[in-house]
Amino acid sequence: MMAVSRLRPGARGEMLCVFLWISVTACIVCSYWISPVVTVAVLSSALRQSTPLVLGAMCGLLSERSGVMNIGIEGQMLMAAFWGFLMHVWTGSLMMGVISGLAAGAFAGFLFAWMSVSMKMDQIIAGTIINILAVGLTGFFYPTGMSSAGKLKIYSVPLLSEIPLAGPVLFRMSPIVFLTICIVFLLHYCLFYSRWGLRTRATGEHPKAAATMGISVVKLRYGNIMIGGCIAGLAGAFLSLESVGVFERGMTNGRGFIALAVMIFGKWTPIGAWGAALLFGLSMSVQTQLQFDRVLSLPHQFTGMLPYLITIIVLAIFIRRNRPPASLGVSCERE
Amino acid sequence: MILLLRSFLVPAGSVLLAFLTGGILLFLSGSHPVEAYIALFQGAFGDLSSISRTLEKATPLIMNGLAIAFALKAGLFNIGAQGQFLFGAFAAAVAGFYVQAIPSVFHIPLAIFAGMTAGGIYGLVQGALKAFSGAHEVITGIMCNYIAINMTDYLVNHPFRDRSPGNIVARTPQILDTSRFPDVAGIPLGFIAAIIAAILVWWIVRYAVFGFEIRVVGSGINAARYSGVRIRSVLMGTMLISGALAGLGGAVETQGVVHRFQPGFNTGLGFEGITIALLGRVHPLGIIPAAILIGAMKAGAGMMQFSAGVENEIIDVIQALILFFVTADVILQKMLPGIKWAEGERLSLSTGWGGNS
Repeated sequence: MMAVSRLRPGARGEMLCVFLWISVTACIVCSYWISPVVTVAVLSSALRQSTPLVLGAMCGLLSERSGVMNIGIEGQMLMAAFWGFLMHVWTGSLMMGVISGLAAGAFAGFLFAWMSVSMKMDQIIAGTIINILAVGLTGFFYPTGMSSAGKLKIYSVPLLSEIPLAGPVLFRMSPIVFLTICIVFLLHYCLFYSRWGLRTRATGEHPKAAATMGISVVKLRYGNIMIGGCIAGLAGAFLSLESVGVFERGMTNGRGFIALAVMIFGKWTPIGAWGAALLFGLSMSVQTQLQFDRVLSLPHQFTGMLPYLITIIVLAIFIRRNRPPASLGVSCERE
Repeated sequence: MILLLRSFLVPAGSVLLAFLTGGILLFLSGSHPVEAYIALFQGAFGDLSSISRTLEKATPLIMNGLAIAFALKAGLFNIGAQGQFLFGAFAAAVAGFYVQAIPSVFHIPLAIFAGMTAGGIYGLVQGALKAFSGAHEVITGIMCNYIAINMTDYLVNHPFRDRSPGNIVARTPQILDTSRFPDVAGIPLGFIAAIIAAILVWWIVRYAVFGFEIRVVGSGINAARYSGVRIRSVLMGTMLISGALAGLGGAVETQGVVHRFQPGFNTGLGFEGITIALLGRVHPLGIIPAAILIGAMKAGAGMMQFSAGVENEIIDVIQALILFFVTADVILQKMLPGIKWAEGERLSLSTGWGGNS
């Protein structure tokens, strides 16, 4: 259904989003004026908390833009977190850990692509299989009593990290957090301004037309899903090698599903999903800070609800309807 | 006849293949597969009490599977079933210990009703958000799950905490005997309720006017609009019923098994509902055997871990494999070339997921 309206479609939502971000920025500046230390801590933590969500959302976005619905993000992350940690302990090298995390994510992506693209299985089922399989395999093969062998270190960019407010938040952080921001902008550029991006979007909107134009739908979907798997793998590596430092059973703890929500929230665009994840991360860290300071005399469960409530309210009032890629979930039959 | 053969052979073959593959995995990891499977079977069907435990485990799975399947008929992915389940379990517990001195003939239905209402209202909220603001039910569902966890956690920590001396755990008091489920001829009452619910859902989807409207909405929002279906009411009604089913699952779990509400006691059951619904091919009656199968594996897992020393999680691996083989029936068709396969309908759920706004 095309809505006929005088405004450009989506303009109202965009204006409201800009308004939202201006008010959030104003709040940040005000709070920095009152208490610099706390503000910096909250913002850095927001960035860290949003990182696995952003990466997960990028993973989902890559496959959904090419028309494959991916609810297996959670499983891909979990397998990567497991393999990354295991290889890190075995080889003693963090680099090896991260790389094998990426490989595990890509492998899970390959499995998912094989089921949903080649076997033409229903995509919800394929995703669910990845999720259950990840819980099962990581739990079954988990060797008890493995201890951490260190985490990725925080790196601060010389000079730039001395800028007030922006410096410590943006230029004093761990490599994966930094990489995440790069991935978002890279993906935005590639998706909307490169040949690959046009092909991806064409496949997501109308695979048959894309196939007629000579695009190999199957290859493209395989590629996208596996690159997405790599990115989800980075999220897994972030959890087990950077954030926590060890692997725990079920440590993704629903983040893959929140990433899914974040992706839909951001209207299937990298920048939008990034913004949504940042908003979520910010409300998460504000919530933790509120509990820590005991500013409000609310029980901690109510402050704990805050990020989720904010998401629903923002979604219902500001974003409303989202339009997914037209042929999401339809497997492409070859004639 | 071919259809009947097919609908029996595919699941049976899939289960067999999944257990075989799981067995290879067990063998490679140094366990004895046959020994493990015998222990699993004994734990699930060995004697009367283990059979009753299997049915007990299957009951909430049936309810949650029904909740997910029912919503899927209208193209809604009710990932929020987990939260609806929690509220249902909590409300049934409150009705179970708060209302006193009434006979069980009234107390049991009252507690069930409380659970269904709580779950249904929570589902309705998500349905209304979808109908009036277009908020995607997957987002609101996931967020509502976390809100439900926090909310029930607060409720059992403060207003409804078990204040009996010596209790340090955040949980509600035990429900009264009058609200507990009795066994009917050795079968847990909850299981019977689940079977009745499954038949009712099947009837609604297949024969009721509302069920027809749900299927129209599920097959395409534009088709539904042009044929005059009131889409908003259908979306809200679907989520109300779906939530009530999940809430009923929670009530049954409280009244039949746990006998109180304790946070963290039944997490993940809502998500397992997705697996069950998919295994049962989103058919209300297909969900029953699927739930019994998974319930049996859950019931037997303890015995398997105890006597064969195999980690519980192999169950999840086998579950994933069963789901895989059931869905990828092409593999089975290649392995059994002698049988003529009817031109079966391909199960397709994800088509309704996106376009429904």
